[in-house]
Amino acid sequence: MIQADLNIILPEILLAIYAMLALLAVVYTGKDKMAPMLTWLTAGVFAILAVWIGISGEGENIAFNGMFHDDAFSRFAKVAMLLAGAAVLVMGADYMQRRNMLRFEYPILVALAMVGMMTMVSAGDLMALYMGLELQSLSLYVVATLRRDGVKSTEAGMKYFLLGALSSGLLLYGSSLVYGFAGTTTFAGIVEAVGHGHAPLGLLFGLTFVISGLAFKVSAVPFHMWTPDVYEGAPTPITAFFATAPKLAAMGLFARVLFDAFGGVVGDWQQIIALLSVLSMFLGAVAAIGQTNIKRLMAYSSIAHMGYALMGLAAGTALGVEAMLVYMAIYVTMNVGTFAFILSMEKDGQPVTDIASLNMYSKQSSGRALALLFLMFSLAGVPPFLGFFGKLYVLRAAYEGGLAWLAIAGVVASVIGAFYYLRIVFYMYFGKEGDALDAPRSLVQQVLLMASAAIMLLGIVNFFGVDAAAQAAAAALMPH
Amino acid sequence: MIGLEHYLGVAATLFVIGIFGLFLNRKNIIILLMSIELILLSVNINLVAFSSFLGDLTGQVFALFVMTVAAAEAAIGLAILVSFFRNRGSIAVEDVNVMKG
Repeated sequence: MIQADLNIILPEILLAIYAMLALLAVVYTGKDKMAPMLTWLTAGVFAILAVWIGISGEGENIAFNGMFHDDAFSRFAKVAMLLAGAAVLVMGADYMQRRNMLRFEYPILVALAMVGMMTMVSAGDLMALYMGLELQSLSLYVVATLRRDGVKSTEAGMKYFLLGALSSGLLLYGSSLVYGFAGTTTFAGIVEAVGHGHAPLGLLFGLTFVISGLAFKVSAVPFHMWTPDVYEGAPTPITAFFATAPKLAAMGLFARVLFDAFGGVVGDWQQIIALLSVLSMFLGAVAAIGQTNIKRLMAYSSIAHMGYALMGLAAGTALGVEAMLVYMAIYVTMNVGTFAFILSMEKDGQPVTDIASLNMYSKQSSGRALALLFLMFSLAGVPPFLGFFGKLYVLRAAYEGGLAWLAIAGVVASVIGAFYYLRIVFYMYFGKEGDALDAPRSLVQQVLLMASAAIMLLGIVNFFGVDAAAQAAAAALMPH
Repeated sequence: MIGLEHYLGVAATLFVIGIFGLFLNRKNIIILLMSIELILLSVNINLVAFSSFLGDLTGQVFALFVMTVAAAEAAIGLAILVSFFRNRGSIAVEDVNVMKG
């Protein structure tokens, strides 16, 4: 019995053991001198685990009396998170090494955060949910403060910690109410206690708190206040990490709670999620217009994108979950490419984040400017790039889920949002003459930027099979 | 007779005090950390009260997990606070303002 359970969570156990052994090994040997090697090794471990989970996983396995679910949904999220984590680790290594901030804790903390995220998307119980979420959050608070001597980095860590702890508190208070009124903490038990139609008032109260806690983690409006500051203050490779895997994990957890535990009362939470979605889309689109710092801009962009992903969830159907997963996979790919570009933005060896530094970039490096153009068009949702099809997916899901007003709001917000993405393109092609940026130094960043841009165009042929995987994943989440 | 509602009432009051402590406090980050602790402890009262009322041990196990995590969270919060203090020479809430959010 326990053997079978342990087999099911073997990837998580191996990753946790790897992180702890790596910590011991590095502390007793070279400490920070080992950091570059360890970063690549950790990325390699992520990639191997992703391949292993993607290939070997089959069917629906439930471990520890329903605490842990290994199904198509969790596998989809895990593979995407692990690959994104590996890409972010390797593309930031060079940047951090040159600025003397590649400490050995970084890859280890990212590995531990990854264990937490993998637990989150597999959670089948409020306790497993909480422990996974905290393992992820606590690691990320420390990672955000990695630059201990930087005013901005410590301030970002402080803000992230305070608001993250508050959101955990809200989530936990909601969990305690759900436990009290459902009499159990397992999702399978809760979904029975909730029944169909309308949830009892106590459970509804608990659900609302849980949703607000999770909305903090995905940075949905009105719980988004930490995002711009943390994105701006944290070192850029870490911002790149924040923008990818943790967002996917939080979204996966959101879907798990809503469908596994409260799948019977879609009508009760649909309006809340739709409201979060519409607010996020509009605030993300409008507030980004005034930004001149590209990291802050990406923060608002991620808020807007979370709004679209939530639109998929708000539909409350299998198609909606599928659309959310496809959207998140595309979003993560786009962000990896965009941050690979942002990491390479330097002037005289110093990182710059001002959008104006991109003036006439196309003359300086037409290939990279074109790649960024692809990514910006895709982020804005301009056809024929992949980002457009991601938006189409969620809009269709919302429309078919009976939320036509939400789909229309989404289209309007995407038109507003297109402005600031296109402004970057404008700077690159028609801006004023200015000081040139340094030539890119890192081959890894170059490769990831080009690969991500190429996927934006080539992916429209068949989505690389991601939509089929997302469909299977969404089906696994629906009640059988 | 003290029933479940009384315990829930105390927990809800502590929770609200914690939330207000986070948002209304303009002085000191340490007080924010205390408010967070207050929120987590109010949740523990809730869990234990429900557990006893339902005759189900899960809630108490949950409370133990929450306490463990709260300890780790406080440790990390204080560590971040120390590095923040080293950079700014202050732990006043109004000094957390290099970036405007």
